[in-house]
Order: sequence, then C-alpha cells, then structure tokens
Amino acid sequence: MTLQASKLRPGDSHEEIVVEDLSRTRIVMYAGASGDFQPFHTDETYAKARGYPGTFAHGMLTMGLAGKALTHFVGDGRLLRYRARFVAQVWPGDSLTTHLTVTQVRADPPEADLAMETRNQHGEPVLSGSATARLDP
Amino acid sequence: MRSHRFPVEAGHIELFARALDDPNPIYSDPAYAATTECGGVIAPPTFTQAAEHWDPEYDRRPHHGRAWYGSGREPIGPAEPPGASGGLGFHAEQEFEYHRAIRPGETLCATIRSGRSWQKQGRRGGTLSFSETITEYRNEAGELVVTARFVGVGTENQVT
Repeated sequence: MTLQASKLRPGDSHEEIVVEDLSRTRIVMYAGASGDFQPFHTDETYAKARGYPGTFAHGMLTMGLAGKALTHFVGDGRLLRYRARFVAQVWPGDSLTTHLTVTQVRADPPEADLAMETRNQHGEPVLSGSATARLDP
Repeated sequence: MRSHRFPVEAGHIELFARALDDPNPIYSDPAYAATTECGGVIAPPTFTQAAEHWDPEYDRRPHHGRAWYGSGREPIGPAEPPGASGGLGFHAEQEFEYHRAIRPGETLCATIRSGRSWQKQGRRGGTLSFSETITEYRNEAGELVVTARFVGVGTENQVT
C-alpha cells in the first residue's frame, strides 16, 4: 500500500492493535533477536529481587511493535524518520494499540509527517513519537 | 568514538521480524520482495538495534570469561548490573533517520559517538541525567544507511 500526497490530508489516521496479551515468550524472542539480554526483561527472579513486580518489555520491543502500524500505513521502505519517547513500562499481559495521525503533508518532495501514540489496554500511553514518510505524488 | 561491523544476515532479519510478530514477507521472502518497489528483502525499521550483537563492548549480554548478572543459584549475582551504583540507566527516547534500505548480505559499519547531555528535575526520580549516543551505520561503499539517536536517562532513585 502506498499513500499519495495528493489524496492524504492532515487528520487522516490509522489505528492498529500491535500486540495482544504480550507474552514473556515474546519478550524472550525479542531479547534473542535484538541481543539485549538485560535480566530485567527476561529474568523474573532477578527483576523481583531488584524491587519490580516482575519482568517488563524492552522499550525497543514496544517501538518495534508500533513500527508495524507505521509500515502497514505508509508502505514498506517508505519511512524517512521514526522517533519515540518511552512513556511508561509495558508488562506481560499488556495489549497495545498504536494510533497514527497525519500532521502535515508536503507536495514537493511528496512527504508526510505523522504523530504516533501507543496505548495499553487501560488507555494509558506507553510510547509517543512521530515519523516522516515518503509518499507517491 | 568507536566503531564495529554489523553483518546483516537474511536469517537474522527474519527472526527479528518474527520477534515483533510481523509476518510481512518483505522481511523473509526474496521472490515476493523482488516484485515490490523495494526490489528485494529489507530489514524492519528498528532492525539496527540488533547491531548490538556485534558490538564487542556491549554490556547487556554475557561475555566469555566475564561475570554476568541476573539470577542463577542466587537471585542477584554474581555481579551488579552496569551502572547500578550510579542509579539505574533507562532508555528515554530513540530516533532513526533512514537514508537507504538495509539489505541482507551487506556488512554495515556502526560508528558510535556521544552526543549532548543535560539534566532535568524529575517528578519521582530525583535529578534526571540525560545523555545522547549517536550511531551512524554505513555500507561498504561508505554511504550512510541509518542514523540512530539513543537518549538514556539515569536517576538517583528507582522509577517504576
């Protein structure tokens, strides 16, 4: 799917569930794929001994999950920039929904800026940011 | 400033996409990918994070002959996590600028340098110390592929 600068308008939006009932297994898969083996994310015994209720997701797992909504909306290989701020921790069992809103559309070169917010099942923001994508004319 | 190589392997891209539960064939199927405007398999937007596998100094994986932390026989040990004495380090923000697509088979060079640093008064965590790390990924031709900006935050007290 590709977006056209001539048809896209500020305020256009896309919403997508990027993970449902986040499993500890997925967090372990992300640790293995990314190489980030920080025990807070994968070692329940350790996380509890350090005062946490348990393990929690890597911020970059959340940013990667939210990235699916972006590539589904703007198309593969179309991103020029992607920025995110880690607002709150994501825990096993969380379900995350990413909301994208077009904030600006430019004709030459054809590009769009988007605002991104990812919320958990309680409606609390966990990740917020922005992106820029290349469009068709 | 330091640098390390990042060999981009097809299987690694596929496993990274699988970890994100992303079945998009652009990350795994060369025959499909060849029919798209990408012209071949590419890596997902946050894939350069996996370059840390290849960073010889990366402290979030066990290294041969060095003490690791986490639980084994004891819930904490054998060593404290890096930065534990000076407050816990957290990832505050991340930004990627994409210059070219990442393709399986190429070897990127990651060059890591420090960026700005600043302090802010936190609501719960005492004084927050932010610091930026900029990583530039270049291909064999020296062309810039991705610029990544990591912002870390250290706190005096543990934040939950």
